[in-house]
Amino acid sequence: MKIPGTSYQMRVETRLDNPGWMGAASAVLGIILALIVGGIVLRAAGATDPIGTYQEIFKEGYGTPADWQAGFHALLTNGDCPRGLLCFGPISDTLVKAAPILLTGLACLLAFRMKLWNIGADGQMFLGGLAATAVAVFIMPKDTDRSLMLILMAIAGSLAGLAYGLIPGFLKARLNINEIITTLMLNYVAYKLLEYFVVVGPWSIGDFESTGPFPKTATWPRLTEFAKSVPIFAGLTAHPGILLGIGVAIILAWIFYKSQWGYQIRVIGDNPRAAKYAGIDLPRNILLVMGLSGAIAGLAGMNEVAALRELNGRFQRGLGFTGVIVAWLARLNPLAAILVSILFGGLMVGTQLIQPQGISAMLQGVILFVVVGTELLFRYRIKLEKAEQIVINKAEAPHDK
Amino acid sequence: MSESPNSFEMRGIVKRFPGVFANDHVDFSCKVGEVHALLGENGAGKSTLMNVLAGLYRPEAGELVIGGKQVTLHSPQDAIANGVGMIHQHFMLVPSHSVAENMVLGLNKPRFFLNLSQVEEQVAALAKQYDLNVNPRAKIWELSVGEQQRVEVLKMLFRGAKILIMDEPTAVLTPQEVEALFRTLREMTSQGHSIVFISHKLDEVVAIADRVTVLRKGKITASGVSAKGSTKAQLARLMVGREILFQIEKKKMEPGKIILETKNLQADNDRALPALRGVSMQLRAGEILGVAGVAGNGQRELAEVLTGLRNSTGGEMIFDQVALGPHTNWREIGQRLAHIPEDRSAVGSVPGLSVAENSILKCFNLTPIAKGWSIDAAAMQKKAVKLVDEYQIATASIQTPVRMLSGGNLQKLILAREISGGPSLMIAVHPTRGLDVGATEAVHKLLIKQRESGAAIMLISEDLDELLSLSDRLAVMYEGKIVGEMPAEGADIQRIGLMMAGTKVEA
Repeated sequence: MKIPGTSYQMRVETRLDNPGWMGAASAVLGIILALIVGGIVLRAAGATDPIGTYQEIFKEGYGTPADWQAGFHALLTNGDCPRGLLCFGPISDTLVKAAPILLTGLACLLAFRMKLWNIGADGQMFLGGLAATAVAVFIMPKDTDRSLMLILMAIAGSLAGLAYGLIPGFLKARLNINEIITTLMLNYVAYKLLEYFVVVGPWSIGDFESTGPFPKTATWPRLTEFAKSVPIFAGLTAHPGILLGIGVAIILAWIFYKSQWGYQIRVIGDNPRAAKYAGIDLPRNILLVMGLSGAIAGLAGMNEVAALRELNGRFQRGLGFTGVIVAWLARLNPLAAILVSILFGGLMVGTQLIQPQGISAMLQGVILFVVVGTELLFRYRIKLEKAEQIVINKAEAPHDK
Repeated sequence: MSESPNSFEMRGIVKRFPGVFANDHVDFSCKVGEVHALLGENGAGKSTLMNVLAGLYRPEAGELVIGGKQVTLHSPQDAIANGVGMIHQHFMLVPSHSVAENMVLGLNKPRFFLNLSQVEEQVAALAKQYDLNVNPRAKIWELSVGEQQRVEVLKMLFRGAKILIMDEPTAVLTPQEVEALFRTLREMTSQGHSIVFISHKLDEVVAIADRVTVLRKGKITASGVSAKGSTKAQLARLMVGREILFQIEKKKMEPGKIILETKNLQADNDRALPALRGVSMQLRAGEILGVAGVAGNGQRELAEVLTGLRNSTGGEMIFDQVALGPHTNWREIGQRLAHIPEDRSAVGSVPGLSVAENSILKCFNLTPIAKGWSIDAAAMQKKAVKLVDEYQIATASIQTPVRMLSGGNLQKLILAREISGGPSLMIAVHPTRGLDVGATEAVHKLLIKQRESGAAIMLISEDLDELLSLSDRLAVMYEGKIVGEMPAEGADIQRIGLMMAGTKVEA
């Protein structure tokens, strides 16, 4: 394509090799571009100083280097943080926000690896939350051992997610029904189920649209609970949910790159016909992947109720869709998803106070948009070069007619 | 002939793709009334050059003169306006439309009213003139492959093409159809048309072409040499740069025990219509059974049923004294039953995975590759390195995704992988389709070597020369049945051709 007004032309060439660092580079470039585009929108929305706004978001989401330094000093000397909650407060909140989107991100990423478009992580997460609540509030006695209670909640949550993921899985494996439609629609069924149980139905206490607070044994232990021995933990909300997510990410990484099952998933994802040729059972793998994907999303639901300490009608929708963004930004690499979810968690925390409230979602959307766009740079090389003149030699046009 | 004017002339054509010079200052021309063959291995730049002539690619440098006029082609429409028409390997026809409707497809006249009966008359007249027997009212899907090709030729004539480019036109035809095509081509040249004939089959080139131009790695190695004065061996050397053995050395082998037997085997095709209507045959160890037939007569389905990719609907198949059926664990017997599928990249390999990962496609769950639930990466790499070395697979590394490999190297990798399992039966479907002379030779040698090590081989191919030179026995398939069997040595090619076309021939 010739660039008008210059003697240069632009050429788009397919890249013959995709070095590993390109993925990371294009993700970083995507984020930078997204911040620029977002800055323009922020300006249009009335922010006089978009860069200042970003600094504020970063500070709210992660804290400042000075705060961190003070925090680590306090941690080493086992003293109080001179800046109070400012030391580790932001990053602690960010980790809390990152946990569910890491889990839903991993759920999406697992399915996407096999080119199964599970966009129902949201619904699977709701089911996981419901099942974990049932265990915490209605099945197990209040004085159950805390770790046993949390483990049972996690098992119930993942089983519910698994069952909910198997529905579209079964429809896809046996009847070849498009999983995009079924997983998407089942989200709404899950929203309504939750509404039935906690808003109108049997689990609601009075008019509160809530199950009421969970027994303490059914909640994540938070850092602040250990403030007696480590003073700096006072007021910090971070809980083991993020560790659960990191654990699942490591297991998924092992499955993908080391195990025979992961090999099968990658073969199916790249070429299902070759998989069939190699004797790999496709329907069985669809069920396994959709089931496990749902189970991971279900864990996200368990994590949320254990963190919120109650289940109510305001249980947040959309974390499953943020998972889609996390999965793509991580380029379907489970370990990269850890970083991406912490980045996004910070964005969610940092933009909480910004008005208008849509800014957070806007930035997320712009980032996804730009990152998917930079896929072009990943796949193709764009070259700017001097337009080669096509040699025309009119003098010698030979013909004997 | 030599005093004929040039119908077109390409000079100094340069076209680059990332990493390769597809055409490096190529000169090519064709005289009025001439068949000019363009030869070359895969990736030599033949198709690129012809796509430039047909208006699909813009060259980076060079000039194009058609009918004495300097032209710049921006699109295939431009090319056809200048009288250049290309018939691609895959026909560009609408199956549900009639022959006449396909003629006017893409033309911008008539604008509003389609006078089909007038078109039909014109087509019939053209068909008569060039001996291209097709009913203009027939729907494309009703026609055989040979007839569809005639429609393509008619379409180009109808649009006023004076220069016709044919990309491997004989690949899908029976010997009789090839002869008919050659008659048409001669008729066309006698009426002043020029034909560029792209082929891998040197026999045909020598038979039909007036002159031959050979491309190797984007450069001309022989320009416009007379076809009459050339031998196959000379042309092959020009194409690949070394001697090629055409006569495959085959040891005499006494066939061993029966490895594969089918009795009245039946199966449906993708449209749930019967594709195999009772195939009964035997295949012995150390024997190559060639299966001939025009595409679509059940060969693909036969290979798929025998390898577990398709369910049979009746009959029996016995492999190594064990009946195969729905209960068979195909992954388990996949090592002893090798399958070279028809489509290397869509079925036989996983394009995005590496050479190493592709080399374990059928044994990832077996020792020594499998270790507990995991894959032993060191064992996988060892296997890949061994295959790459032993079978001389040209790849940057074993970590390279196989989509980067050339067709020949990919096919060698698939063969290497299948052979590494130590198969007693090998089903090879069109193993050399689209491969160049050098790679074809390598694949043939590997098949012969398997035969000598005692494997039973079923070779399904449309290339009769290949079948005759490799096989011990030949079976001809027509409409889902084996209509004839004969020893390959001394088989009558005319008779095979008739059987392929469905004509009853007394044995």
